[in-house]
Amino acid sequence: MQPPTGPALASAPESPPGAAPGSPLLRWQWREVQAPCLVAGWILVASLAKIVFQLSKKVTSVVPESCLLILLGLGLGGIVLAITKRAEYQLEPSMFFLFLLPPIVLDSGYFMPSRLFFDNLGAILTYAVIGTLWNSFATGAALWGVKQAGLMDEGVEAGLMDFLLFGSLISAVDPVAVLAVFEEVHINETLFIIVFGESLLNDAVTVVLYKVFNSFVEMGPAHVQATDYLKGVASFFVVSLGGAAVGLLFAFLLALITRFTKRVRIIEPLFVFLLAYMAYLAAEMVSLSSILAVTFCGICCKKYVEANISRKSRTTVKYTMKTLASSSETVIFMFLGISAVDTSKWAWDTALVLGTLLFILLFRAVGVILQTWVLNHFRLTPLDRIDQVVMSYGGLRGAVAFALVILLDGAKVRAKDYFVATTIVVVFFTVLVQGLTIKPLVKWLKVKRSDHHKPTLNEELHEHAFDHILAAVEDVVGHHGYRYWRDKWEQFDKRYLSQLLMRKSAYRLKDEIWDVYCKLNIRDAISFVDQGGHVLSASRLTLPSMPSRSSMSESSVTNLLRESGSGACLDLQVIDTVRSRRDKEDAVMHHVLRGSLYKPRRRYKASYSRHFISPSTQERQDKEIFQQNMKRRLETFKSTKHNVCSAKSKARLKKDGRKKQKKSAANAELPNGKPPRSVTWQQTAAVLVAVDSDDEESDSSETEKEDDEGIIFIARATDEILQGKKASGSLDVCPSPRIIPPSPTSAEKELPWKGDRGDLAVYISSETTKIVPVDMQTAWKQSISSLESVASPPGAEPGLHAKTLAGPAPEERHVVPEQRTCFQFPNPLLRSSRPQSAGSPERTEQPELQPLMAPDEHGRMSTSAGPSNSRWLIQFNRAARFSDG
Amino acid sequence: MGCQSSHPSAIPELDEIMLETGFSQANVVRLYDRFQALDKEQKGYLSKYDLQGIGELAVNPLGDRIINAFFKEGEELTDFRSFIRVLAHFRPLEKGKSNETGRPEPTPNSRLRKLQFAFQLYDQDSDGKISRDEMLQVLRLMVGIQVTDEQLACIAERTIQEADQDGDGAISFEEFATSVEKLNIEQRMSLRLLK
Repeated sequence: MQPPTGPALASAPESPPGAAPGSPLLRWQWREVQAPCLVAGWILVASLAKIVFQLSKKVTSVVPESCLLILLGLGLGGIVLAITKRAEYQLEPSMFFLFLLPPIVLDSGYFMPSRLFFDNLGAILTYAVIGTLWNSFATGAALWGVKQAGLMDEGVEAGLMDFLLFGSLISAVDPVAVLAVFEEVHINETLFIIVFGESLLNDAVTVVLYKVFNSFVEMGPAHVQATDYLKGVASFFVVSLGGAAVGLLFAFLLALITRFTKRVRIIEPLFVFLLAYMAYLAAEMVSLSSILAVTFCGICCKKYVEANISRKSRTTVKYTMKTLASSSETVIFMFLGISAVDTSKWAWDTALVLGTLLFILLFRAVGVILQTWVLNHFRLTPLDRIDQVVMSYGGLRGAVAFALVILLDGAKVRAKDYFVATTIVVVFFTVLVQGLTIKPLVKWLKVKRSDHHKPTLNEELHEHAFDHILAAVEDVVGHHGYRYWRDKWEQFDKRYLSQLLMRKSAYRLKDEIWDVYCKLNIRDAISFVDQGGHVLSASRLTLPSMPSRSSMSESSVTNLLRESGSGACLDLQVIDTVRSRRDKEDAVMHHVLRGSLYKPRRRYKASYSRHFISPSTQERQDKEIFQQNMKRRLETFKSTKHNVCSAKSKARLKKDGRKKQKKSAANAELPNGKPPRSVTWQQTAAVLVAVDSDDEESDSSETEKEDDEGIIFIARATDEILQGKKASGSLDVCPSPRIIPPSPTSAEKELPWKGDRGDLAVYISSETTKIVPVDMQTAWKQSISSLESVASPPGAEPGLHAKTLAGPAPEERHVVPEQRTCFQFPNPLLRSSRPQSAGSPERTEQPELQPLMAPDEHGRMSTSAGPSNSRWLIQFNRAARFSDG
Repeated sequence: MGCQSSHPSAIPELDEIMLETGFSQANVVRLYDRFQALDKEQKGYLSKYDLQGIGELAVNPLGDRIINAFFKEGEELTDFRSFIRVLAHFRPLEKGKSNETGRPEPTPNSRLRKLQFAFQLYDQDSDGKISRDEMLQVLRLMVGIQVTDEQLACIAERTIQEADQDGDGAISFEEFATSVEKLNIEQRMSLRLLK
């Protein structure tokens, strides 16, 4: 890659004939542009070659691109050699390490499927550290043994240290080669992440070993002292942990910087590359593991960067990164080929070459099998024999080894030429032979491939359900393992890091889901009209917001979808895939589900490729679920306590509710001018979400598209509730309330406008207060107070309010029959009741229910409400006033 | 958990439990400790309130359904035997033992039983079918409130259509099993710690 110094290609400057000698019209200025021109030229050649390769599907489906590139490099190198009689272009180590390697590593770190990575971190680290150590020492020692046995040529002047040095550079699995080959093979994700993660993380080991042995060789084995060995061990920790720390530091800086780039959107992507590159250089500067630095920088910054930068910048970052990585990789492989032509550096020794090939294959296999045997004791899904075969066989060596061997000092390491030749052979063998055969091998062994089929709706749903179930069982069993710590980390991240590193508006990102949704709706409508309206009616799927099959063929929307789309796409280089229409349609559904399904604990950090993750997700989710669960539990208490089964029908309830709504709405137009019949679901949502940031609410109401009849607010007047406390005496009738699906009838019973006020009461079990973890208690309080504020009148009419709207902002959603119950939020009196219940250590066998309505408390509560959300407030007041009258 | 572990002999019916569930003795002991920790009043059985006392379950959308799964129809209490029987569903499947066909009834941690357990969480009226309403309920539990009911109904409708093979508008257990065929149930429904 180094610009040629000789005049061979560089034509001597010459003036065009006939030009005036004094002031030439044109001047040939090759020298000035020579270096960049050659760089651009090589990249162009390599890229063009890629196009040519892809022309033939047949070839590329069999031969990995890396092989083709190496072969091309060989060919080009041969041509250059033939023309110039000397090898001109080389893969220069400095070029390789400073410019070609960083983009690839950054790309792999940034797009690393982090959940997979961290789930398998134990295995990855084992293979990367112990495996690499084992490979280095075993290979080096074995080669030394061969030498001692006299099988090697006399010319190979190398002692034990030289062989160990060689072993250290030849034994590390190469990330570039692994990536290039494996992403075409599509093996299953776990296997991929283990091999690939190993190839990234073993850099620290390789660097340390290489440096230590190199210094040993240079010092001469005789001068090596015991402290030097200790230093070597210590330097391993320094290099690896230091590298990772540098990466984390720069990731932090990067995230912090992107937080403030709102007004300079156009250079946002630049920061990502600059900071990551700075991390690489900084680590290199202090001779830490630069690969580790960039990898960790990429992994860690992504979440925050993605949240901070604009969508266009995200796309830019993504494509630029892919482009850079891809072209680096191309150039690397091509230059590997070209470099191999240069026979002046070759010194062939058959025993050395064959021995090395044999040993690296053998020891890798042995190492993998031994380590897997140990690891399988700790893994839920053991790696089976076939996995081990693929892992052993997938240990490709690549350009890193080559660059390292070129870096050797020929004066000190006298067998350098032999080592270079052997390395080239090993790299070629692994990339060409193993790269070519691994695909058939994987097929033949029937290794589980990663199936890239989009999960069906059922799978998506059930998968989530399974995760929830597992999380619940884990809680029941009381196991605090890896997930527990991840949970802790999530909390820390949520509380501090995200607050610090994400801009406020990033919390709103999830609304993009709805942007997409709306766009799809519009698109849908257009195509619906275009096709005479028969598309939707023709299919049984009358999904109002689903695109019909013909509607989603355009790219813009699907691109958006894909951006936010599926979890772990392991092909780090792959950006686009072609999908059928049917798939696209499904994608929309999944998108909605993905975006809104509650995430099981273990999925919180599921994948970094989801762009819509917002830091508040978990918090909000917890609140929502908590509220709903509490609602149901309360409901069960009530229904079992009262054991009332009146025969009122659901329809009746609905009718009542709707009538009520109508009237209340008739009193004043609804804020968004909806027809009075409905309080739309989104509005309900907004009330529930009131704990969240305010702009979210307004957004959700703006984006709302459809009305929904099913949901009705039911407000209850104060005095009616107050009546209820006399019912508290009857509570102990039922010793252990059964959890039965609450019947609509019991709810009916409690509707405020019904005559019987006797049973009305809001109870909260002391259990409920006890089970609530502290932060949930605050969440609960928050939500209560937000409901209060919703329920409270705008300051203008406090008197009226105090009378009409009592504590529990009554609210109800008729979603499904089971939930068709009248729920009352426990009011803030919960607060007052908590200390008591928490203070009493002993529990009676029956769960105690405490009436929540204490008359003195209810006044305080209504005043404590803040006028935060006037829109919903109006609504509630209407209803409340109506019911009062 | 903080309390010292119980002596195996303190556990009633230890041998039968181990035989029935396939748990190792260490695991039974561990679960028994947990059982006793949950059973705060040392009454020898758990009520739903004991389980609801687990804080994390309050934020699990399916938490209450899981709790209910620990109790037989119409019963309020569960003893240790039933408790561990439910947990046995989540024992990982051993390789090699999974394809033994000689035994008349599958072990509780077989794929079939795992699926049945999940299916029951959906099928609340235990009529052997996941009806549209039941699907909607589960979706409502699991989906954030940003999704409108209408969309949810569509999703439920679509989900059922997708899995429904006999066209009865509901998902039977067989259809359920088919629809999740590609998922790695054995892995997804297993806890390593119950190995």
